[in-house]
Amino acid sequence: MSDHDSVYDGLVGHDLPGDDSRWAFGTDFEDPLAGVDTTLPEGVDGAALAAYCLMLGDDALVHSHRLSQWASNAPDLEEDIALANVALDLLGQARLLLARAAAADPGVVPPLPEGSPVPPEDALAFFRDEAAFRNVRLVEAENGDFAVTMVRLLLASTHRLAVLQRLTTSRDQVLAAIAAKGVKELTYHRDLAGRWFLTLARGTAESRRRLEAGLALVWPMREELRRTHPVERTVAEQGVGVDPAEVADEVDVVLEQVPAVSGVERPALPPVGLVAGGAGREGRHTEAMGRLLAEMQVVARAHPTGRW
Amino acid sequence: MSDQPQGEDFAAEGGHGAVPLEGVPTGLDEQPRGEWPLYEVFVRGKRGLNHVHVGSLHAADDQMAVRHARDVYTRRNEGVSIWVVRADLVTASSPDEKDPLFAPAGDKVYRHPTFYSIPDDVPHM
Repeated sequence: MSDHDSVYDGLVGHDLPGDDSRWAFGTDFEDPLAGVDTTLPEGVDGAALAAYCLMLGDDALVHSHRLSQWASNAPDLEEDIALANVALDLLGQARLLLARAAAADPGVVPPLPEGSPVPPEDALAFFRDEAAFRNVRLVEAENGDFAVTMVRLLLASTHRLAVLQRLTTSRDQVLAAIAAKGVKELTYHRDLAGRWFLTLARGTAESRRRLEAGLALVWPMREELRRTHPVERTVAEQGVGVDPAEVADEVDVVLEQVPAVSGVERPALPPVGLVAGGAGREGRHTEAMGRLLAEMQVVARAHPTGRW
Repeated sequence: MSDQPQGEDFAAEGGHGAVPLEGVPTGLDEQPRGEWPLYEVFVRGKRGLNHVHVGSLHAADDQMAVRHARDVYTRRNEGVSIWVVRADLVTASSPDEKDPLFAPAGDKVYRHPTFYSIPDDVPHM
């Protein structure tokens, strides 16, 4: 008789031979890079591809670190887990992208002491100096309050989703696979951020005030997302990368709709200026980046030959 | 520019990655409450036939409840479908009524089909 069967029985494959997976431990793990051809495509400059992967990877890595600073500090339990999930998604993308950068051009990996067990993507994440990071300044900015974080998540994930959607047809198979995995994650991130934008705008007078303040803070950093760096132009020409100027229009469409539907006006603010003709993509970061890296890298740098 | 939404409450720009347009209550005039409403969450697994109650959470509204349930209760690849129901919409039996509701079924042995022999190759019985 089946009156004492666990209600969770239908969730695992007890009836499949050799499958002793337990419901609480999760089922069906997939490796996103299984069976992907990892050789460099022809006619692609390895150094340019590595630099491009560093740009995309650093965006994800730094944004992930900022979001993980919300762990145990979020307004409520559900948002805490949601932000941690987003951070983990981005960290996974960062790891794959940094690993690809190291594979495309091993020269970018900072040298470590002899006998160090640190894999190349970890070396790139924890042992590079500030000037070697290639993320845009939008993602390194301080978290601010929840509204600021959500507006920043909306801007960053809308842009990144558009770029990764184009990247799924990259000539580099590994980048295409990473992009295919990333598109699903970013679709959810953008949806989450958009929902929060709407909820905050239509919630209370206080949440609306904070949302408008957050928008004013984050909006000027948007322009940097659409600057085309020479490396981005090179990889776009070689068919392995995406020129951000191409996706600027579709990003604009979304970033016009969300405020319009929420009844919030987009601020008319000038973009943040360049520093000596460069910005995040050239390694010129704000003061916040130094503090961020100090926190992120201190433990790894204290034990460069440590085994984790 | 995008088309007007066709009966759905999401902006149609590729259909995926929905940007929500409706469904959020305009609460600017209401008195803010101290706690968001409670929702009960039911998840159905890939190989499951029914949604299973996995827990509850607080959320601002129904759509946010689905997003939160996805974040909180499907982290380990447990589910393919989520139902959320506001807890105050659930009608439950009272513990005081336990005896009149459930005890009479206990002594009616003829309601249990134990008199049939079931062949070995019939599953789920």
